[in-house]
Amino acid sequence: MTDARRFLREHGWSYAFIAPSIITFACFTFAPVVWSAIISVEKYNLRTGGTFADPIWMNYQKAFTGLGGIFVTSIGNTLTYTVFTVTTNIVVGLALASLIQPLHRHVRTFFRAAFYLPAVTSSLIVGMTWAYIYNAQWGFANYLLRLIGVEPVRWLSNPDIALGSITASAMLTIPATAVVLFSAAMGGIPTEFYEAADLDGASPVQKWWWITLPLIRPTTLYLTVIYTIASFEVFERIYVMVPSGVGRSTQTIVTQIYYSGFKDFDLGVSAAQAMMLFVMIGAVALVQFRVLRSNVEY
Amino acid sequence: MTVTRSIVTWSVLIVTTVIALFPMYWLFANALTPITATPPLTPILVPAWKLDNVIRLLTTSKHYTRWVVNSLTVSLAATLWHVVFDTLAGYAFAKRRFPLRNVLFVALVSTLMVPIHVTFIPLYLISRSLGIIDSIWAILLPASSQVFGIFLMRQFIQTLPGELEDAARIDGCSEIGVVRHVIVPLSMPAIASLAIFTFVRNWNDFLWPLIAVNRPQEFTLTVGVASLQGEFMTDWGIIFAGGAVASIPIIIFFLLFQRYFLDGLRLGALK
Repeated sequence: MTDARRFLREHGWSYAFIAPSIITFACFTFAPVVWSAIISVEKYNLRTGGTFADPIWMNYQKAFTGLGGIFVTSIGNTLTYTVFTVTTNIVVGLALASLIQPLHRHVRTFFRAAFYLPAVTSSLIVGMTWAYIYNAQWGFANYLLRLIGVEPVRWLSNPDIALGSITASAMLTIPATAVVLFSAAMGGIPTEFYEAADLDGASPVQKWWWITLPLIRPTTLYLTVIYTIASFEVFERIYVMVPSGVGRSTQTIVTQIYYSGFKDFDLGVSAAQAMMLFVMIGAVALVQFRVLRSNVEY
Repeated sequence: MTVTRSIVTWSVLIVTTVIALFPMYWLFANALTPITATPPLTPILVPAWKLDNVIRLLTTSKHYTRWVVNSLTVSLAATLWHVVFDTLAGYAFAKRRFPLRNVLFVALVSTLMVPIHVTFIPLYLISRSLGIIDSIWAILLPASSQVFGIFLMRQFIQTLPGELEDAARIDGCSEIGVVRHVIVPLSMPAIASLAIFTFVRNWNDFLWPLIAVNRPQEFTLTVGVASLQGEFMTDWGIIFAGGAVASIPIIIFFLLFQRYFLDGLRLGALK
């Protein structure tokens, strides 16, 4: 009794401080993640609830074979989108941060803000705007083509190029987070390094390659991981640009999770697909950490 | 040499800025030019500065103002919740020692990597059995469990010196008093970042509200704007106005607080 009382006096406030967060976390994040894993191996029916599937991997199998294997196509589409988007984002972010770094502080702040402004606008509205730019009839993209005498292109309704158009729209969006974080990381490099390199007669390009690039590696790693995760989860941009999809060519992992769960109401399959997304993201992040990790100390 | 280099730098930066801002600019140019059917073949690049589309949007789209109210409610409630409770939890995890502290914190942070989509099926079932599906509560409750803010506040509060807390306690401050009079004033920059991120995230949230709510009057603004294309298929003016008006609050918010945005971005990056 006294032990319990002493424990409460010592730690009561700590638990009181974390209780609201922990309770909502447990109910609306932790429990759903665990439950989702269970549903993914169940035959789940909205009216009767779930019983274990037979065989236990049934939903995973159905996820791949259902609708003529569309999930496999979706994974391929997602990977294509991710590779192009993440590579461009990192390269463009790095280039822009390097360009604004030598400029005056106020100029730097101005560009960071200009690049960041579109990034706070919802990706739904940005995607919607791109859908207008790509409109076959009156869109801005075809207007530019008309100016140089090229036939109009059906950017979003031609299944051969729809995914390319959507990916291009993501590649043309300035990677604002990358610019801001690269720029901050570059600002944190001690100037002595550059002064020492100047004494050795290094050119700006050499200094960038041998000093800047290695020292901002932790930032590069972090950005690669978060951009990869975001690209794996691409949805809004696709949903709003091609609302019902252009056949299989614009299906991604998350559009499939959405359609199997909330259009076909096959909850088990949707949960299985979501679990696979989870595993893929975990695996990719792990590999990226291994490959890009470095212990930079200065 | 230096002159050519700075000409190249500036041209690249100006071209990039134009590309970065063009989509939003074009949306606003169209929204502010009266269009009642199909937009003209020669794109509108200079707005007419007329509010016809916006007025038609507000008079013919039955629920648009309701969507604004819903989005404001969700975003403000989530912001208030996270500012208060993430500060408390972040402080406890950063400064206080108690059993299970590390286990709980690792459990919280490890879910940062879990795609939110994993939770949708169970959240749907939970909301259905609580009878809150198709209402704003189905959006609000999961919004209270976002863990990013706890992590952000812990990172920040960890850097504060411990002596001030001890001094306050010796002066007879209660535990709540320590948080109110020592931690909160010192953490204002982090709290500002947290508030902004939470607001923007919930204002822009789309997929869960799309799943959770079916009745048009319960939509949030993003879901509502997406539905305009189906409702006003031939009236592009209304659709442009719907998108433009929906992004105004966030743009104003950003321009007012951009310093905290950019600071918070650095604070939230995992070290």
